[in-house]
Amino acid sequence: MTTTMPEVREPAPPSSDRDRRPKRGGGVMSSTGLYIATGTAAFLFLVPFYLLVRNALSTDAEITGENWKFFPTHLQWGNVTELFTDETVPFAQSLWNSAVVATLHTIGVLLVCSLAGYALARIPYRHANKVFYAVLGTLMVPTAVTFVPSFVLVSSLGWVDTYRGLIIPGLFSGFTCFLFRQYFLGFPKELEEAARVDGLGYWGAYWRIVVPNSLNFFAAMATITFINGWNSFLWPLVIGQDPGSWTVQVALSNYMTNQTVIFHLIFMATAFSILPLVFVFLFLQRWLVQGIAQTGIKG
Amino acid sequence: MSTTETRDVARPAPAKASPAKPRRGLRGSPTLNFWLFTGPFLIGLAIFVYAPILWSIWLSFFEARFTVTPDKFVGFENYTYMLTNDDFVGSLGTFTAFAAFIVPTTWALSLSLALLVNRLRFMRAFFRSVFFLPTACSYVAASLIWKMSIFSGVRFGMMNTVLGWFGIENIAWLVDPNPPWYWVVIVSARLWLQSGFYMILFLAALQNIPGELYEAAAIDGAKPGWQTFRYITLPQLRATSTAVILLLLITAYQAFDEFYNLLSKTTWGRPPLVELYYKALGESQDYGAGSAGAVILTVLICAVTLLQGKFLGFGRGEESK
Repeated sequence: MTTTMPEVREPAPPSSDRDRRPKRGGGVMSSTGLYIATGTAAFLFLVPFYLLVRNALSTDAEITGENWKFFPTHLQWGNVTELFTDETVPFAQSLWNSAVVATLHTIGVLLVCSLAGYALARIPYRHANKVFYAVLGTLMVPTAVTFVPSFVLVSSLGWVDTYRGLIIPGLFSGFTCFLFRQYFLGFPKELEEAARVDGLGYWGAYWRIVVPNSLNFFAAMATITFINGWNSFLWPLVIGQDPGSWTVQVALSNYMTNQTVIFHLIFMATAFSILPLVFVFLFLQRWLVQGIAQTGIKG
Repeated sequence: MSTTETRDVARPAPAKASPAKPRRGLRGSPTLNFWLFTGPFLIGLAIFVYAPILWSIWLSFFEARFTVTPDKFVGFENYTYMLTNDDFVGSLGTFTAFAAFIVPTTWALSLSLALLVNRLRFMRAFFRSVFFLPTACSYVAASLIWKMSIFSGVRFGMMNTVLGWFGIENIAWLVDPNPPWYWVVIVSARLWLQSGFYMILFLAALQNIPGELYEAAAIDGAKPGWQTFRYITLPQLRATSTAVILLLLITAYQAFDEFYNLLSKTTWGRPPLVELYYKALGESQDYGAGSAGAVILTVLICAVTLLQGKFLGFGRGEESK
């Protein structure tokens, strides 16, 4: 009894999907047609990325000028240094802010919501259902709609322009709590019972048995939560009044609405804002896909 | 001991002094542990979710300009003001038009992509990643690429260049609401951003359709292609489709980022949230009217969710999991 528990609810490895897929060989669409259609769609999906990278490494004249070329003659790597030395928008600071906010947001959401979700699913308490409905009720109210009173509340706490103000109000996600509850409902009871026999209380069983056997689900939720935290815009826009507390999304938005538009800086900034998430995608795609499939279907 | 309880049947709920396991004491008390586990979440929920909602409702009955502790009670005046306010009602119209565009197109595109990817034998993971990658982009970043590069209204913007090959005049995509070309920009940006996400949902659902169904259909003489799609694939995807449509509606309703960034400094094409943002946090700082608007929106979205739940059965049966 301890660390050698089998992985719980390990999803079927992707390769087995292949066997289950219906065989529809010789269908209406020939293989060539299929690949032409998919390839065209993929090309269109990649065009914006190409434009982003191309423009980020061009001069303004090459971006807006008359002789538009697919590949700029000289890649302007100097744009990178220019971006980080530009005084008008504190871009490096905003990247750092986003990293801090998204990381702490992810840790906080997972901690708080998973504990609550576990209790709602597994701790027998008389009024658990009432508490659950109180959580469900918040799903009906779109969080974005409450931003006015939330802002008022946070500003009266003096949290405007602070990490606290950016992070803490977003931690209590009824939806994430709901997803954790749904997940824990399917967690094998036998594992917990074994923990009880070993003399662990609820708290001990949760940290020593339940969490280590749910790392797949935690990883999936962490990936999605991190992406949402990194990309969120409305709340950081409302809270970040001072340029020093802008997240990268707010900084980008300010580039766009600035009086003077410097195209190559804007595109370079956008490229840097996307870069971390591209890495997340490349290395964590498995968790992400699994997380989306699990969360979305349960809705 | 009733057996229909979904909770742990081995231990009745009021188990404070469960005689079977006395040695664990407080550590084993369900009540104490329940509050220990849910406490942090519930306290936060009360402060940062419930309190703002209640405060919002309270504010909506007061004249609250530049202040959040008003003393002038005005009854339903803020509500009548908002409901007769052309801008606010117009924003509801904007949302309706937006939803009418974006929900069916995203549904169709993400389902098509899923069907394509599902049938690939080689490079499946590659294509899936390509369609999925835009999910990594924020709405702000996409707005920027769309506004500054693809749909920049100048002659050398990409879209105008491509249209120029076919002899079509330049289009001022974002600066002129007549004709409303800005919809093309907004809808295409959102399509690009979210189709991959819903494609993943459809892919997962497609892979859960038992292969025997297709074999049976083939034996019954159904032609592969449209017939099997219409009579097997589509009905089997019903639950997912319903969930996708509801998610699309809710996210469309909360659209803010791309409208704010693509149409900054315009007075048209504002969906409800953008309208509220300018109303409450703009120059007038009218928290009363802004809150009334928020309450109206909340009531509307609750009504839509409940109606859809009633007609399509979404949201029920979460206990069946």
